[in-house]
Amino acid sequence: MGDASPNPTGDRAARIEIVGLTKRFLTPKGDPFTAIRDVSLTVEPGQFCAVVGPTGCGKSTTLAQVSGLERPSAGGVRVGGQLVDGITKGVSYMFQADSLFPWKTVLDNVVLGPTLLGTPKKQAIALARDWLRRVGLAGFEDRYPHQLSGGMRKRVAMAAALINRPRILLMDEPFGALDVQTKAIMQTELLGLWEELRPSVLFITHDLDEAVALSDRVAVMTSSPGTVKNVFDIDLPRPRGDVQQIRHEQRFLELQGQIWESLRDEVNRAYAMTAAAA
Amino acid sequence: MSGSGVTVELINGLADLNQVTEAALQASARRTRSRRRALVWLGRVAVIVIVIGGWQWFTEVGWVDKFFFGQPTGIWQSLVTLFTQDTGFGTIWENLWVTIQEALYGFLGGTLAGILFGLLLGMNGYLADVLSPYIKIVNSIPRIILASIFMVAFGLGIFPKALLAGVLVFFVVFFNAFQGVREVDRNLVANVRVLGASPLGVARHVTVPSAMTWIIASMHTAFGFAIIGALVSEVIGAQHGIGLIISHAQGSFDPDTVFACMVIVAAFTLLAEYLIGLLERAVLKWRPPVRSEAAGI
Repeated sequence: MGDASPNPTGDRAARIEIVGLTKRFLTPKGDPFTAIRDVSLTVEPGQFCAVVGPTGCGKSTTLAQVSGLERPSAGGVRVGGQLVDGITKGVSYMFQADSLFPWKTVLDNVVLGPTLLGTPKKQAIALARDWLRRVGLAGFEDRYPHQLSGGMRKRVAMAAALINRPRILLMDEPFGALDVQTKAIMQTELLGLWEELRPSVLFITHDLDEAVALSDRVAVMTSSPGTVKNVFDIDLPRPRGDVQQIRHEQRFLELQGQIWESLRDEVNRAYAMTAAAA
Repeated sequence: MSGSGVTVELINGLADLNQVTEAALQASARRTRSRRRALVWLGRVAVIVIVIGGWQWFTEVGWVDKFFFGQPTGIWQSLVTLFTQDTGFGTIWENLWVTIQEALYGFLGGTLAGILFGLLLGMNGYLADVLSPYIKIVNSIPRIILASIFMVAFGLGIFPKALLAGVLVFFVVFFNAFQGVREVDRNLVANVRVLGASPLGVARHVTVPSAMTWIIASMHTAFGFAIIGALVSEVIGAQHGIGLIISHAQGSFDPDTVFACMVIVAAFTLLAEYLIGLLERAVLKWRPPVRSEAAGI
């Protein structure tokens, strides 16, 4: 897994501890702006944790600190007990926007991950072909991303994110731009692959149904500057199977109602803030 | 039983009918398309006939003085003369070859330097902030004037011409490469960094391929500038080249030969344009095929 700590017991290495995380930016005018304040959240190894919150509350900023793409202003993130400083190893990221490289074929997009880790070319190609088969895209290796549908592009992104067998998977509204049916299919496939590999997942979404259906835990964030308001444990049994089915279960609806109760005030406050600013 | 037989027959009949209309529709669509294509070509021929014919007619009648503005038949005569007789500075082929060399060297040198500096400054924000006022100043200098300086400094050979062409090309390509790097999708950079790419890896997998769209687009314009640079330097002072023939013809009040040289250079530029188009298609084959129409202009 490329972990620097001595003898990483696969489990321990996948624990995410976010402690007192604060991130301030300089606005173009030169004023400081606090995106997130004092965020604390722990994701146990192999846990699927969703983060919901109103628009602009700093969910993506939180993820950027965990991946090491940005440095926190205060507090910190520990991954597997090690303080994040620079790009965290063994992390994969899936964005809402297409993060496929449009100038690379489907195969080359997936091959990139292992090659950057130093896997020999031939081995990397074989691995990538195997992963494309797993996400149901065998035969599409030579296509360019623009030749695929939105759902197929997401599958490629999923293969590219999972091919390195990450211990941590960061997902920033990965299915936000998909239509409802495709979204449900992709969610079910994601759960299948997750149950196989069991990385720890931080999953940002606006969609409460999605959060409850997929996760073990749902963290609700406050409006800007964001901090963690409540954490809900989702005790729906696993494997969850078809995401479409679970939505009708009694327990699902209860949990969804509780979380919405917590989220509603924040959404209203965020909306009032943007309305006042406009 | 017989009832169902009739139904089946009816359905088959309908299917046949569908096929017939399908074929008819296709044929009519094809007719519409070929008629449109014929009309377009008719229009194109009409435009050229009106422009050249009108020119010929106006100068023939005397509404426009052919002493100043030339005449199509005269231009044709000049072309024939240029290609059959010595121009006074060697054959037309020798002169054309000199101009082509100057333009090509300038184009290649300017493009390479433009790409290099554009990528460098695009990827290094600090360097860009420091140098941007100076680049703006240099860019506002009328660079054609440099032709005089280069001639004084480097003589009448090919080098000063290629240098001017290169300077003209450089700024076009530079600004595009710079902008191309600036427009790189932040998500893609983040993605490749998380995957473990070094700064060089980011450049190789994201920045350069992304900026390539802009760079290649700028090459169309840049090649025109290379030709301008070569010709203008030749007009200012040269021993060979199309520009020299032009300046000579100008001195002897011979607009037909000037126009003839224009035709020759235009033909060469079209060829180069075609080759750049081929390069564009090869390098940017990953792009969705939408905006090809604007590229041809």
